[in-house]
Amino acid sequence: MTRLGPRRFNAARQQALSVSLATGAYAISFGALSVAAGLDLWQTVALSLLVFSGGSQFAFVGVVGAGGHPAVAFATSTFLGLRNGFYGVALAPIVRPWRGPRAWWGTQLTIDESTAVAIAQPENDLEARRTGFWWTGVGIYILWNAITVVGALLGERVGDPTTWGLDAAAGAAFLGLVWPRLTDRRALVTALGAVAVALALTPVTPAGIPLMVAAFVAVIAGWPTPRSRATASAGDRQPAAPSASDGGTP
Amino acid sequence: MTSYMWTWIAIVGAAVAMWLVKSVGHRVPEHALENPRLVRIAALVTVSLLLGLAAVQTFASGQSLQVDARAPALAVAGVLLWRRAPFIVVVVAAAAVAAGLRALGWA
Repeated sequence: MTRLGPRRFNAARQQALSVSLATGAYAISFGALSVAAGLDLWQTVALSLLVFSGGSQFAFVGVVGAGGHPAVAFATSTFLGLRNGFYGVALAPIVRPWRGPRAWWGTQLTIDESTAVAIAQPENDLEARRTGFWWTGVGIYILWNAITVVGALLGERVGDPTTWGLDAAAGAAFLGLVWPRLTDRRALVTALGAVAVALALTPVTPAGIPLMVAAFVAVIAGWPTPRSRATASAGDRQPAAPSASDGGTP
Repeated sequence: MTSYMWTWIAIVGAAVAMWLVKSVGHRVPEHALENPRLVRIAALVTVSLLLGLAAVQTFASGQSLQVDARAPALAVAGVLLWRRAPFIVVVVAAAAVAAGLRALGWA
């Protein structure tokens, strides 16, 4: 292993832990909202254990709380989670080979955060990428479920997590995790285009559509074969210099 | 059937559907992963989805767009990343900026 190896390995764990804490803390809000929406403790716990996709869970209890039919809650939750279907393709070279219980759990842990921490690690460091995926996935799974129970039991006594800036922390974390992948010009232009489309569609389409169209933009942008030698790695190239994602050892 | 039971059915249904959705990408056959176009698109889609998610989390308020305490927080995060600050510093600083602005009643 090179001198950089252990340091990057640590960076993956550091990022996994900080993302797990910031994301897990949000479950207190989910637990409280779910009970306020009329679900009981066991239903709330089941959503976190079994669905395990934050945005979809908030949408599910939102529909029920607004008096919508559970079938509508099911459809909204599933639609909002469709983006999880894309992540496995990018994760496949990182997590394979897997089978049995490992495959079952890995699938359940395939979410925004675990994918983000995995791809934030250097492309040539498969070990760090794998560590990033599993540590983030397992870390969030434990904290998200434990803190869901706390939120459900405390109910309305739970404060608003935005008081602590947790909503801004989530956006900053995703920005920091994709940062090393934005050194590639094509990736940068594509991602900015996707952001513009997602924001432009937010006021005029139902939730879930803006990000699906953003993904479609990326498919179109990635279709033509680049003229340069960077055939297989456009959008996923190693940053030229150490970056913030290296964990901060100067 | 009671609405309590319907809610349980919807929860189990949402869980099964979500697991199937998550598994879709993992089912791409091994030989397809040798296709440079698929690899390239998978990387671009992932980066675009995650950055799009950060943007929506920062500027969306329900269905409308809104510039509030989250925007300066993300801007500070961007500057810190550009200055190569450690990841944890970036995340904590963004939370502190948003929390501070809200505490002061400025956003």
